[in-house]
Amino acid sequence: MSVTEKDVRYVAGLARLQLSEKEVKTLAGDMNDILGYMDQLNELDTTNVEPLEHVIEMDSRLRKDEAKAPISHEDALKNAPDADSDYFRVPKVIE
Amino acid sequence: MTTLSIAEVRAKVLSGELKLRDVVEASRQKIDAQNVEINAFVYTDFELALKQADEVQEKIMSGTAGKMAGAVMGIKDVICEREKPTTCASDILAGFESVYDATVIERLKAEDAVIVGRLNMDEFAMGSTTEYSRYGASKNPRNTRKVTGGSSGGSAAAIAADMVNASLGSDTGGSIRQPASYCGVVGLKPTYGRVSRYGLVAYASSFDSIGPFAHNVEDAARVLEVIAGFDEMDNTSSREPVGNYVETVQNPTKNIRIGVPEEFFGEGLDPEIKEGIEATLKKLEDDGAELVPIHLPHTKYGIATYYILATAEASSNLARFDGIRYGHRTDKDAMLDELKAEEEDLKKAIKAADGAEKKELQAELERMDSALVRLYKKSRTEGFGMEVKRRIMLGTYVLSAGYYDAYYGKAQRVRRLIKQDYTDAFKEVDVIVTPTAPTTAFDIGSEIDDPLQMYLNDVYTISANLAGICGVSVPAGTHSNGMPYGIQFMGDTFQESKILNAARLVEMLD
Repeated sequence: MSVTEKDVRYVAGLARLQLSEKEVKTLAGDMNDILGYMDQLNELDTTNVEPLEHVIEMDSRLRKDEAKAPISHEDALKNAPDADSDYFRVPKVIE
Repeated sequence: MTTLSIAEVRAKVLSGELKLRDVVEASRQKIDAQNVEINAFVYTDFELALKQADEVQEKIMSGTAGKMAGAVMGIKDVICEREKPTTCASDILAGFESVYDATVIERLKAEDAVIVGRLNMDEFAMGSTTEYSRYGASKNPRNTRKVTGGSSGGSAAAIAADMVNASLGSDTGGSIRQPASYCGVVGLKPTYGRVSRYGLVAYASSFDSIGPFAHNVEDAARVLEVIAGFDEMDNTSSREPVGNYVETVQNPTKNIRIGVPEEFFGEGLDPEIKEGIEATLKKLEDDGAELVPIHLPHTKYGIATYYILATAEASSNLARFDGIRYGHRTDKDAMLDELKAEEEDLKKAIKAADGAEKKELQAELERMDSALVRLYKKSRTEGFGMEVKRRIMLGTYVLSAGYYDAYYGKAQRVRRLIKQDYTDAFKEVDVIVTPTAPTTAFDIGSEIDDPLQMYLNDVYTISANLAGICGVSVPAGTHSNGMPYGIQFMGDTFQESKILNAARLVEMLD
C-alpha cells in the first residue's frame, strides 16, 4: 500500500486540517515510511486471535443516580474564544 | 534542600531544623538560576506555593499533616489544575486555564503536597525528546547539549536539576521511564487503571497513565500511594486495593525472581549499557535474586502495533480541539474573506472553462467548506504543531474506510499476542528486567527530522503500555559519554510493589 499525495489531501480533509503543498509532500513521505514499517505486522497470522479492546479486565458498575454540582455555566464558557453570557458563538452555518 | 527526600524534609521541619517555606524558597532559587537554560518549568506560582508551605508547616508541627507533607512538586502541563494554565505545550491551548483539578491533583493537595508550577513536555505528549513544545526544548541537566527525553522531559529535568523533590508525568509509550533514564532519576508508570486519568488531557486513552518522578524510589512510592486508587470520575480506574508501597520499599525482599528477556538485550542496544545492566544483575544475583531467562517473542512488533493504535486514538481524542468551546480560534473575518475569495475564483474559472473541466470545477464548488468547517480547519491547522498533525494524519488514515481492518484491527490482534507473552512470563517470575532505552540521551536536534527513527527510541518501554502492566526506571549507571542510563523493571498488572522492591534493590547497590 502506498500513500499518494491525493490520499494525504483526502485524509487531511477528514482530519479537518489544511496542509500546504510542501506539508503534503513531506507527510506522504513520512506516512509511507511509517506505514511501510507497520506492514511487518502482516508476518503474523492472527486469524484466530480476538482483537484486544480492554487491556485490563474490569467489571463496569453504574454510579448511583444522584445529582452533583457540575461545572458552572460561567466556568464552562470561561475559555471560549467567542461566547455571550449563555452560549458559545460560531459563524453562521445555515445560509 | 530540594535534594532531600519528602520524609527528610518533613522530619527536618518537625525537628525545627528547617521551615517548609525555606525549601520552597530553595526551589524558587534553583528555578530562577537554572530554568532559563534547562527550560523545565513553563509556569510557576510561588506566591501560592509559599502560602501553602506555611499552612503545611503548621500541620506538620501540630501532627495533622497528610502523607505528602514535605513534597515540593511540579506537574506536567498535560494534567489539569484549577485556575492554572494547562496548555499541553500546544499553541492550540495557549491561554487555556483549567476549570477543575484532575483527581491526582486533588489527592496530592489533600495530602499536603506543595505544587510550585507546570512542566514542559512534547506537545500533547507526542514525542520522545521534549523538542516538540511551544516553549522550546527542555535541556538535559547532565549536559545541556543533550535532550531530556520525552514526552515528560520537563518532569524529569526538574528532578535532575534539583528544582523540586517530586513531579508528575504521563506515560503513553514510555514518556515517564525514558526521560527518567536519560536524566538519571526515578520514574514510574503504573498499571493501566491504577491511577485515575480524570483531568489528564487524553492522547491515547487505552495507554495513558499518570505517574511520579523522584530522586529516589521511596519518594516515587509515596507519590504513587497517594495518587493511586479507584475514582468514580474515571470508569477505567481500578477497584483493586492500593498497596503499601512505601513500606515495601523500606523493607525490600532480596530473593526475587527476575525474568531476563533475550529480546531486549540484542541488536541496537548500546554495548556499554548492556554490560552495565548485566553487572547490576550479577550483583542482585549475588544478593539472593534468581535470574530466569525468558522469552517475549512478539516484542519486535511492539512499535508498529503501538503507533497504529495510539495514533488512531489520538486522532479521535484530538477532534475535540475545534476552536469552538476552548483553545485557539482562527481570525473569523480573515477566514470568511478567504472563503469568499476562493468561491469567486472558482466561479470565474467555471465561467471560463467548458466540458469535463467545467464539471469538475462545479463539483469542487459544491464540495467547498462551509464557514464552520473552514473555521475548524484553520483553527486546528494554526494550533497544532507538525508532529501532532503527523499523528492525527496517521491515525485518521489507519481508521479510514478500507484500511481499518488492515491496520487498526490487525494491531488490536497483535496487542493481544503481546499481552499474552507477558501473562505467560509472569507465571514464572516476579519482575522482568530490561534496559529502559537502547542509548543514552542524544544531541538536541539530531532526530527531529526523522519521525520513524524517533519512534524507535520507545522500543523497550512501549510493551508495558501495550500490555497495560507497570514499569519503573531507576538509575543504573553512567556511560563513558558522561550520560546516565536506567534499568527498567516491569511487573504484572497491579504489582507495583514488586517493581518498586526491585528498583530499591538496585538503588541499595550504590
